[in-house]
Amino acid sequence: MVDITKAYYKIFILDELAEKKTAIHRTNPVVKLVVTFIYLLVVVSYDKYDISGLLPMLFYPVIIMTVGDISLKPILVGLAIAAPLVIGVGIFNPFLDRAIVVAIGGIGISAGMLSFASLLIKCGLTVTAALLLLATTGMNKIAAALQRLHVPQIFIIQLLLTYRYISVLMGETSRVYNAYTIRAPYKKGISRNVWGSLIGLLLLRTYDRALRLYQAMKLRGFQDQYYGVNLDKLNKIDIIYLLGWTAFLLVAKFNDIPMLLGLLVTKVIK
Amino acid sequence: MHMADALITPLVGGVMYIAAAKVGNDSINRIKSDMDDTKIPMMGVMGAFIFATQMINFTIPGTGSSGHLGGGMLLAAILGPYAGFLAMAAVLTIQALFFADGGLLALGCNIFNMGFYTCFIAYPFIYKRILTKGYSTIRITWASMLASIVGLQLGAFSVVVQTMLSGKLELPFTTFLLLMQSIHLAIGVVEGLITAAVINFIWKARPELIEGSGGSKTTGGNVPFKRILLSLIIAALVIGGILSWYASGNPDGLEWSLQNSAGQGELKQGSELSQMLSAIQNKLAILPHYSFKSGAEAPKQAGTSISGVVGSAITLFLAACVGIIIKVLTKKKNR
Repeated sequence: MVDITKAYYKIFILDELAEKKTAIHRTNPVVKLVVTFIYLLVVVSYDKYDISGLLPMLFYPVIIMTVGDISLKPILVGLAIAAPLVIGVGIFNPFLDRAIVVAIGGIGISAGMLSFASLLIKCGLTVTAALLLLATTGMNKIAAALQRLHVPQIFIIQLLLTYRYISVLMGETSRVYNAYTIRAPYKKGISRNVWGSLIGLLLLRTYDRALRLYQAMKLRGFQDQYYGVNLDKLNKIDIIYLLGWTAFLLVAKFNDIPMLLGLLVTKVIK
Repeated sequence: MHMADALITPLVGGVMYIAAAKVGNDSINRIKSDMDDTKIPMMGVMGAFIFATQMINFTIPGTGSSGHLGGGMLLAAILGPYAGFLAMAAVLTIQALFFADGGLLALGCNIFNMGFYTCFIAYPFIYKRILTKGYSTIRITWASMLASIVGLQLGAFSVVVQTMLSGKLELPFTTFLLLMQSIHLAIGVVEGLITAAVINFIWKARPELIEGSGGSKTTGGNVPFKRILLSLIIAALVIGGILSWYASGNPDGLEWSLQNSAGQGELKQGSELSQMLSAIQNKLAILPHYSFKSGAEAPKQAGTSISGVVGSAITLFLAACVGIIIKVLTKKKNR
């Protein structure tokens, strides 16, 4: 259980990465949110058998990660969580769609293999893009961006309180677990008979603590409105960022850049 | 249960976003008057709790996959359907941002699949109905169990429909359906047991915290069914109508890839409508059926696939180079 708590904290490292001060981190959160959505839309709109066309989409995460100084590890952790579903359902494609569409070096490649590979690439790209948004923006600024985009206050408060209370819950979980293990020596895990009451107790304790936190916030003038971050107006760099990425994504979407490059190179060689 | 971005098309994602936003907006309007100083922290705590429980995956034997609790039923039972739905939406948003578990684009699908069916179908029509005669341990257990199972079954069915409409999987509809429904039946039983245990405990210890029990305001029972039904019908019509049009309008997905990867000719178009649409599409496309260097002959089969492979390798190489160059430059700058 203690390990689980540690694991949760490790995952929140992404939000800590958002404290960095790189050019990407300084870009307006609204712009980053919009670019992320355009990117996701473009990536998933590729044809299900397309692989080469998707590859230029790699430039986005590579550039954001390097300019934003985000290491690969937390992204890989996120991928490990999100990928199993896509692999689990996509793995059937090669078995069900067996028409050979191309042979490379005598090995036949079936349509199903292509669509599975395309699915995996899409999964990798979309997961990475979402995680990079958080790692370069942070929860508070994302909330501010949502506010700017007129998402209702109640939802934003709910989002931030849920986020805040996750650590409260984790703290209570480790205390309840410690108390249980101290009172139940030589036992492995928690007896099934007390699962329900232990979880119920945990909820009540967390609720009481959360209520105290909330009352403390109220006493300090919290009015169920989010004032956290004041976003600056869009500056030139933000607009260049938005237009630059949009232009790149659209050009890459409507032109098979790898194919054009390949044709150019093979023609030059000939 | 979390739908991934990679499995859906922008259209399915977009339609489900609209559906989820509509239900979310209605929920916000309903709870505005009902928000008090105890409700807001409770929503946050329940959200955090469901977030944590959804992270704990248990393996489902024989499938190579794993499941986790949905938690929608517990949220609805404690917070009422409207606040429960919003709490679920917040949980899924955080998950999409932090773990990309269920992507940002698929967020609408996930909110709908895990929040709507539990809060607005299973809760009012099963859970509440069983508990109309009052709360008791046995009734709470039955209500939680049945409502959890039905909520999850509907959600799983919705996942299958959304995936199939997106058309990215080769898995036949019935196989996928049977797989999903049976897996979620098992998860539903576990979820029902845990939901029942938690609600029973809270009902005994602090009955005032449970929505609609022990004299507190009952906002949950009177869900405007007509309104929900209307939202559902509109969503179904939009999905069915636009998607079938969209699907028949783009039969050239395979053809396009065959052409690019193997140089084979066009497949015959299915219907007159699809021919007309593909003609329009060709006109609209920036480079319809482009060939490199104008007037060049259509590339031969081998040539095209080699070009594709070479070009892909160059693209990957360039992406790596860009990364390395930026890294080197920023390191120099930092010195």
